[in-house]
Amino acid sequence: MELLSLSAVELGAAIGTGKATAVEAMEAVLGRIAEAEEELHCYITIDKEKALERAQSAQRRIEAGELTGPLAGVPMAVKDNLCTEGMLTTCASRILGNFVPTYTAQAVQNLERAGAVIIGKTNMDEFAMGSTTETSAYGITRNPCGREHVPGGSSGGSAAAVAARECFFALGSDTGGSVRQPASHCGVVGMKPTYGTVSRFGLIAYGSSLDQVGPLCRTVEDCAVILEILAADSQDGLRSDSCTGNYVGSLAAGEKPQNQEIFGAESHSPDSGLNAGQGIRQKTGQKAGGQAARNDSTYLGRKDIDFTSALKKDVKGMRIGIPGDYFGQGLDGEVRRVVLAAAELLRKNGAVVEEFDLSLAEYAIPAYYTIAAAEASSNLERFDGIKYGYRAADAEELHQMYKKTRSQGFGPEVKRRIMLGSFVLSSGYYDAYYLKALRVKAMIKKAFDEAFARYDCILGPVAPATAPKLGESLDDPLKMYLGDIYTISVNLAGLPAISVPCGADKNGLPIGLQLIGDCFAEKKILQAAYTYEQLKKA
Amino acid sequence: MSKQYETVIGLEVHVELATRTKIFCGCSTAFGGKPNSHTCPVCTGMPGTLPVLNRKVLEHAVAVGLATNCRITRYCKFDRKNYFYPDNPQNYQISQLYLPVCRDGYVEIDLEEAGETEVQGAETETGRKGTKAGGKETKDERKGTNAGGEGTDARWGMDGEKAAPRRKKRIGIHEIHMEEDAGKLIHDDWEDCTLVDYNRSGVPLIEIVSEPDMRNAREVIAYLEKLRLIIRYLGASDCKLQEGSMRADVNLSVRRVGDTHLGTRTEMKNLNSFRAIARAIEGEKLRQIDLLEAGEAVVQETRRWDDLKGTSYAMRSKEDARDYRYFPDPDLVPVSIDDAFLEEIRARQPEFRTEKMARYRAEYDIPDYDIEIITGSKTMADLFEATVALGAQPKKASNWLMGETLRLLKERELDPEDIRFSPEHLAKLIELAEGKIINSTVAKEVFEHMFEEDVDPQEYVEEHGLKMVSDGDDLRKVVEEVIAANPKSAEDYKGGKERALGFLVGQTMKAMKGKADPAGVNRMLKELLR
Repeated sequence: MELLSLSAVELGAAIGTGKATAVEAMEAVLGRIAEAEEELHCYITIDKEKALERAQSAQRRIEAGELTGPLAGVPMAVKDNLCTEGMLTTCASRILGNFVPTYTAQAVQNLERAGAVIIGKTNMDEFAMGSTTETSAYGITRNPCGREHVPGGSSGGSAAAVAARECFFALGSDTGGSVRQPASHCGVVGMKPTYGTVSRFGLIAYGSSLDQVGPLCRTVEDCAVILEILAADSQDGLRSDSCTGNYVGSLAAGEKPQNQEIFGAESHSPDSGLNAGQGIRQKTGQKAGGQAARNDSTYLGRKDIDFTSALKKDVKGMRIGIPGDYFGQGLDGEVRRVVLAAAELLRKNGAVVEEFDLSLAEYAIPAYYTIAAAEASSNLERFDGIKYGYRAADAEELHQMYKKTRSQGFGPEVKRRIMLGSFVLSSGYYDAYYLKALRVKAMIKKAFDEAFARYDCILGPVAPATAPKLGESLDDPLKMYLGDIYTISVNLAGLPAISVPCGADKNGLPIGLQLIGDCFAEKKILQAAYTYEQLKKA
Repeated sequence: MSKQYETVIGLEVHVELATRTKIFCGCSTAFGGKPNSHTCPVCTGMPGTLPVLNRKVLEHAVAVGLATNCRITRYCKFDRKNYFYPDNPQNYQISQLYLPVCRDGYVEIDLEEAGETEVQGAETETGRKGTKAGGKETKDERKGTNAGGEGTDARWGMDGEKAAPRRKKRIGIHEIHMEEDAGKLIHDDWEDCTLVDYNRSGVPLIEIVSEPDMRNAREVIAYLEKLRLIIRYLGASDCKLQEGSMRADVNLSVRRVGDTHLGTRTEMKNLNSFRAIARAIEGEKLRQIDLLEAGEAVVQETRRWDDLKGTSYAMRSKEDARDYRYFPDPDLVPVSIDDAFLEEIRARQPEFRTEKMARYRAEYDIPDYDIEIITGSKTMADLFEATVALGAQPKKASNWLMGETLRLLKERELDPEDIRFSPEHLAKLIELAEGKIINSTVAKEVFEHMFEEDVDPQEYVEEHGLKMVSDGDDLRKVVEEVIAANPKSAEDYKGGKERALGFLVGQTMKAMKGKADPAGVNRMLKELLR
């Protein structure tokens, strides 16, 4: 059996039925890595021996009947901004060049508990700031579909690893398109769930109110399966010595985050914790959630996470809106043609496709870069050389040590955003920039609310063009920021969105189709994406 | 040169909340412990970790807000205060700026009506250096300015002036907000390095910000005592200034009498006792008046009080004030407080002092003065009530608290909150003393051990053979021996010298090591010498 050609779910099924083993799967992946990694550089850290040991252990547990899930024994790659206990976690930054966490991110824990096996940590833009994976302190990653091109970013290593078959699926994080855009550029599936669906515990924050963990994988089916596991809140495996002494309440499925009121009750041990999410309130007095709820107050503890139930090839009567302003100036002609062809395919199969005016894309970019940079400037303050990570050696006193450590430890794009964020939060500028950006964010959410009153999902491109050539983007950051135009408003509004491959340009560079859903409407976009994928295959 | 100045004071009081775990993680808040033993990835600011609010913190904050007549913010948020310092692992403190949990409250303080003016004459201050030459120096023993001295520094107001007429004054509370404490830096001069202990990092605090409603140190102390009493009654904190579980920063300005605008203020930090607060207020007031008198301006700045030297020095001025870049913490969702939660907290509010005093007057036959002292401490009031509930006579229980307990507390420089003995043991001791099982001298001795180690008085008396011997052969034998050893005194008594009997009683008590009942000894002696 050619294991590498299988999807994650197909491999899981083969392992589950004894046709393959977790160890064979890992060996196949490591073999592929040995061939391709030197040129592509998808990973920052790979420990082959440990990966094999983990695969062996998983295989034993599968044979003992302890691991039975759809991803048991399946090798996965993890973006290097997700903490992994005992394994280097750098955020592709020099400042975390020696950082080995003592805890594992909730998203990774969920997958490991389901039997997925970590291969290593993937390359990314430094602290997820960038759209090309070129801001990494550990070198560039090449796009497997066009070696002179970037894989996109910031989860470029994860997307490239999936595309190059150096893993069966990967985890990324999406703050302004960082899962969907590299998925689009590398021709794989990538999804960002509704804000609050996956616990952010252990995800090294960039823009806390925008960050979500999401899967990069080969098929829409893989995507739904992985997301079910990511979103779950396990009641077992709570460590009594856990640092996460608090918990969250649960909420009814289908509610919009803005209306949700969450509150914690009694915690595992002493005092209890309170939780909730972005634009989400916590209310006094609800039942305790599980582990994820205890370590992230913005985690929603959704009950409607049976995403695989949406894997139906059917779009009859589905109302799909096409925002006219997503197809205007700035969009590459080939991308436009391919994406509209995808819409046409869905229409032919029963979807009601209609153009409408969303008319807010131009405000999304400044609002996004204001909010994300503001949060980042504060989130990245903890990297100071005191407790962990890089410390400049030659400082005479404290403030010099801070300055030298941070000057030497951070790359230029990170510094740019820290300075921008510090500026917009400064006294005298806060109202004019930060508060105004929050107001724009609220307007964007409102515009989407209005759209979703009419449509089940919104269809558009992921990026204005296919993957740029290596070295062409960083000189003009503003132009690079404009490349995020179709993805960032989704993060500002907290919505779920998926990127599905829908074709290629004349150079063979992949083009992605973006389907955006209302909050909690992952199933609708998964169903549309699945249907499209099946139709295209046929 | 006889311009009159008025002092305007507002307080920022930090209170450490009595929760078992920290504000945003499950670590213990226990005082002490090996450095960094009460820490986890959250309270040491490790990458990727997130705060989750401890419900108890909100409960305490709302309870304090309700008890101080505040409006509870039904939709409140946390904000980040950004600044770089190693005691702050994230380099931002999670606090509340825009929507604090409580607003617009007040407490009423009781002031002695001494007819004193709140206006401080520039030239008429006690102990002011360099003003002697400048006219009349009144030896003005103001209670207010002396609040730091022996009198009002009483830790629980037991030395309060009983008979003085009182007046009430309302001190406004601007807001109460929740926030996290920072870690502690330890400077190692020997190794020439600085170490950080994050055990305190993430310990929950509330900051109670008053309006600038106080005019002198006496009002400040009264306000702090009132806050402390309320918070201790609530069980929200032990409020110990020395241990730092209650800390007060003093904002002070002076202005000419009649001025309506406020003068430039300074903020005084590092005030670890009521005495230090009173001295610092006095010192700062005079410093500012001196500046104004000299035609100079007061600089808005933060000053640090040095209690040993009795002076303050500038830490940082407004010019180098930091821009904290406050913004709502995106990691913590806003808290929406519903009616049920408020009702839950309201229902749990304890009986406060005023109600308690009224009830004591109705229920217990003890003097008002006792009531005032006992209810001045929740611990003492609880102890009193429990002891009485176990069957002790209220007056007897009160006597032990008012007498020996206060004496020992004062002697050992302790606070009533430090009382460790149980009501069971106090009730038992009272039973032993009242039942004449032990005499009063022995009772005091036993009490002292009980006070120190909460020993069981019954067991202690038995172990040490301290029961009174009033009758029986033991006593008769000792008395006979005493008579035999002091034939002269025996003869004197028989000859009509009553005083000789006293000597023999004393000798007998001594021989009995105090365990005898003096009345019984008296009786026995008279019988044998008849």
